[in-house]
Amino acid sequence: MARRLLLSLALAFATTISAIAAPVDRPLIIGMRLEPPHLDPTAGAAAAIDEVLYANVFEGLTRIDAEGHVVPGLATDWEFGDDGLSLTLTLRDGVTFHDGKPFNADVAKFSLDRARAPGAENAQPQLFAAIESVAAPDPTTLVIHLSRPDADLPYSLAWGDAVMVHPDSAETNKQTPVGTGPFRFERWRRGDRIVLVRNDDYWGEAAKLPRVEFAFVGDPTVALAALMAGDINAFPSFGAPETLPVIAADPRFTVKSGTTEGETIMAINSRRPPLDQLAVRQALARAVDRQALVDGAMYGTATPIGAPMPPHDPAYIDLTGVNAYDPASAKALLAEAGVENLKLTLSLPPTSYARRSGEIIASELREVGIDVTLEPVEWAEWLSRIFRGKDYDLTIVAHTEPSDIGIYGRPDYYFHVDDPRLTEILDALDVETDPAARIELLQEAQRRIADNAVNVFLFQLPKSGVWDARLVGMWENSPIQANDVTGVYWSK
Amino acid sequence: MPRKTAVNASPIRRLLRRLLGLAATLLAASLLIFVAMSVLPGDPAEVLLGMNADPAAVDALRTEMGLDQPLPVQFARWLGGVLAGDFGESATYAVPVTDLILERAVVSVPLAILGVLLSVGIALPAGLLAAIRRDRGTDNLVTTLAQIGLSIPSVWLGLILIYLFAVVMKVVPAGGFPGWDAGVGPALSALILPAVALAAPQAAILTRITRTAIVEAMDEDYVTLARAKGRSVAGAVARHALPNALAPILTIVGLQFGYLVAGAVVIETVFSLPGVGRLLFQAVSQRDLQVVQGVVLIVVATVVVVNTLCDGLAVWSNPRQRQRQRQRQQRRRPA
Amino acid sequence: MRLWIGGGATAFLAGLALIAAWWTPYPVGTIAIAERFQPPSAEHLLGTDHYGRDIVSMLMAGASTSLGVAALAVAIGVAFGVPLGLLAASGGRWVDAVVMRSADLAFAFPALIVAVILTTLLGASAMNAAIAVGIFNVPVFARLAAAGGRRVLALDFIDAARLSGKGRARIALEHVAPNIAPVVLTQAATQFAIAILAEAGLSYVGLGAQPPTVSWGRMLNEAQTMIAIAPQLAVWPGLAIVAAVLAITTFAEGLRARLDPRFARAVVVD
Repeated sequence: MARRLLLSLALAFATTISAIAAPVDRPLIIGMRLEPPHLDPTAGAAAAIDEVLYANVFEGLTRIDAEGHVVPGLATDWEFGDDGLSLTLTLRDGVTFHDGKPFNADVAKFSLDRARAPGAENAQPQLFAAIESVAAPDPTTLVIHLSRPDADLPYSLAWGDAVMVHPDSAETNKQTPVGTGPFRFERWRRGDRIVLVRNDDYWGEAAKLPRVEFAFVGDPTVALAALMAGDINAFPSFGAPETLPVIAADPRFTVKSGTTEGETIMAINSRRPPLDQLAVRQALARAVDRQALVDGAMYGTATPIGAPMPPHDPAYIDLTGVNAYDPASAKALLAEAGVENLKLTLSLPPTSYARRSGEIIASELREVGIDVTLEPVEWAEWLSRIFRGKDYDLTIVAHTEPSDIGIYGRPDYYFHVDDPRLTEILDALDVETDPAARIELLQEAQRRIADNAVNVFLFQLPKSGVWDARLVGMWENSPIQANDVTGVYWSK
Repeated sequence: MPRKTAVNASPIRRLLRRLLGLAATLLAASLLIFVAMSVLPGDPAEVLLGMNADPAAVDALRTEMGLDQPLPVQFARWLGGVLAGDFGESATYAVPVTDLILERAVVSVPLAILGVLLSVGIALPAGLLAAIRRDRGTDNLVTTLAQIGLSIPSVWLGLILIYLFAVVMKVVPAGGFPGWDAGVGPALSALILPAVALAAPQAAILTRITRTAIVEAMDEDYVTLARAKGRSVAGAVARHALPNALAPILTIVGLQFGYLVAGAVVIETVFSLPGVGRLLFQAVSQRDLQVVQGVVLIVVATVVVVNTLCDGLAVWSNPRQRQRQRQRQQRRRPA
Repeated sequence: MRLWIGGGATAFLAGLALIAAWWTPYPVGTIAIAERFQPPSAEHLLGTDHYGRDIVSMLMAGASTSLGVAALAVAIGVAFGVPLGLLAASGGRWVDAVVMRSADLAFAFPALIVAVILTTLLGASAMNAAIAVGIFNVPVFARLAAAGGRRVLALDFIDAARLSGKGRARIALEHVAPNIAPVVLTQAATQFAIAILAEAGLSYVGLGAQPPTVSWGRMLNEAQTMIAIAPQLAVWPGLAIVAAVLAITTFAEGLRARLDPRFARAVVVD
């Protein structure tokens, strides 16, 4: 009786609620876990900003494609000077911003000068560190003069932090972003969603989707339910790996496990005794069963790593064997180092991968006689006390910036690697342009880092994308923090 | 006897006293909130700029946000703004906090209203029914259901509702809010499950209060008299018992309002509703002090105002209550 | 009857919680990924959770936390609220006004808001959740004690006591306190049940118990994303909360019925 009543209620509701849109020209609703704090990619580190705006609304001189290659953006081509101290870019002609203002070399010069100005809000000043000056000899030519060779510059220019902004709209981009991309910003209902609509005056091939909405759903259960109910069409990065099998079993959805640049590590404060001893750090590494983490925290969706390098990188070498799981050896190392009754605090930022890994690692470390106190922290506290204040023993975090191995060459970085030889290798990498030589340097760096057990390297964060099976062109991997939907369309 | 003047004061003076008390409470609350927020760890400027921010940029932002000023100055500035309806600027969103709260209030306020309506709508008839059929099967059923309703955590109820109605039957959205501009239908349908989860425990409490209040009123002489005069039970209840039972019900609605607001914050999390509660959690984790202060102050102010309002209504809802109140205060006097 | 059923069930739960503080069938701190999501068996009566932990043990440990938090929250409420209420009832006009205004002020801060503030100040923990709920309980007991106290103070025998030369404090302690004890006890049982629900809500939104502390609210939170693959994980802690709250409210009802019901109710509604 009650059941029949509910069913008839169900039917009545279903007919009134489900929106019936014409096929193909349907909007795309993308679910994201975090909401961007504002909408200017050149003025903040929050990945969510780029995940909404990069390539869709804002474009850079160069861009990163789905495979992670540097391809032309608003610059059609570029060339380094013979001495490696200048980069000349040819800019695309006839590009306009969404408010109708033209894009040219002066605008490009403005954008770069603004991003690299001392005291600028830009979150990645190191991208522009080698730039000495920028010149705009004519409307379609931009010359960047360097103080030292920087082979990575074309790649750096593709970052969201280096996108092109117009002088007239730069200051208001945080609220109403104006870019050159195939989508225009329409509105932002805070706490709920951001709506983009197709830019019909786009300089290149127009987007196929009429409208894209980024909806913010923090809770994985709600995310799952919203996906099942059709309220949200795609989660480029789905937060609850444990529910993936359920979604995969449903023919309406595609589940793709792609790669990201996020190396998840348990960072060790090597300046705090006894963590300054190699043997103790090795013991920590050997006490951790990476496979248990991959299974227990990530439900099999992640790949174990042994050094801070993603497995899909050409320079990657598998170093998971250097300090493989071996509790007996971990105990022996601790005994050898004369460390008894070791008590450590493991600080956990509020992501599910960190909290879950932390619980499992705490249990594993207890097995080898290390008493671990778990300390959950909010991002704010993590940033100020742990990252900047360097006040911690152990912490779990994923470093998601691409090609960020350079942080291991900075002795003042929060894990305090003090290895002059490593710094030398990484400095050499900055100026080396030959691909083969670069790979060699990168591999040497990885080996040194792994041998020194600088941190406990856990797993590469997966990009578990889930979307409507009728969608074509969604990015499977995450070579850069972005949800580039410029090529996405509905197949039916 | 100074107290005598308070008791016999004119309604206007009593009202003024009440309002003055209200203002004092709000001032004290805002000071408490400000002090609490000022000793928080974590630097909001740093949080805004993220992991790789330049220290110079952090300093510049700190100055811009006025974080380098002494605390009393910061408090005076803030309070002055609040009185003018300006809660400052959100550090994370870089828009006025007032706008942010208003934007979220269009979700939270209807949710709270729906919650109150639903709980009263369930509780009044249920309590009435139980009272009329006192000690019979219906009464036992209602009382038992109320007791169970009181025992179910609203989070759990929310999860069950999502699972049943959104995942299995797919009749309402699982969470999120389409916005009022999507039409009243879709917007309301997104609020139905959350309102039910929110209202259930409140309805349970109110049912019990209603039942007790009506049972008590029905035992009073005048109801017996009315029945002796030949009025039906229902008529006697409607005419005499219900108005008299209204006062305790109103009082409880007021007292429970704090719980309801707190419940709404949790329920908004369960259902991913972009309401004031979610704003609060988000602001806390991002150290968006202006937003936290603003939201907490508004929540506290709402609770205080609703409380006072319900109290006042309860006193004025019927003369007998007023009289009783006066008697009580007089009885208090010897102490 | 209700007193015995509710009291018995409460005692049983409290017993389990006490035992769990020292012993659980399986350790809840040890994670065994290989043994996760096991169905109920002779070894694991309710199966295992997503970390391979025994659910019966988890529920017992959760009872420890939840009942502990609730007990502390009520203790705080009684310890601070009752003396304040008595002070208001027997003290002078200004004392009364200050205490009652402060109670009003405290009452304006829902437990969740206090928890938000405490959490941002001191970090989230079961202890801070207990304090937050406890702070909310203080005005509840203060009002109750003040109302009851005034009632008792208006009675004739108090005048007798006063005439015999007893001071305000002595009267409050010797005459008022024992007389309002039954009402306080009944209210304490009710607040205890409310505190269990509050703890669950706080832990669920991450303002309460933190890993590795096991609590029913946290179990619900963790089970939430597993609803599609292992709904039983969400069922057990939910049922545990319902059972505990039912047991305690039944006990409170019984208690209230045993005491003068009209007196108890009238004071509460005041």
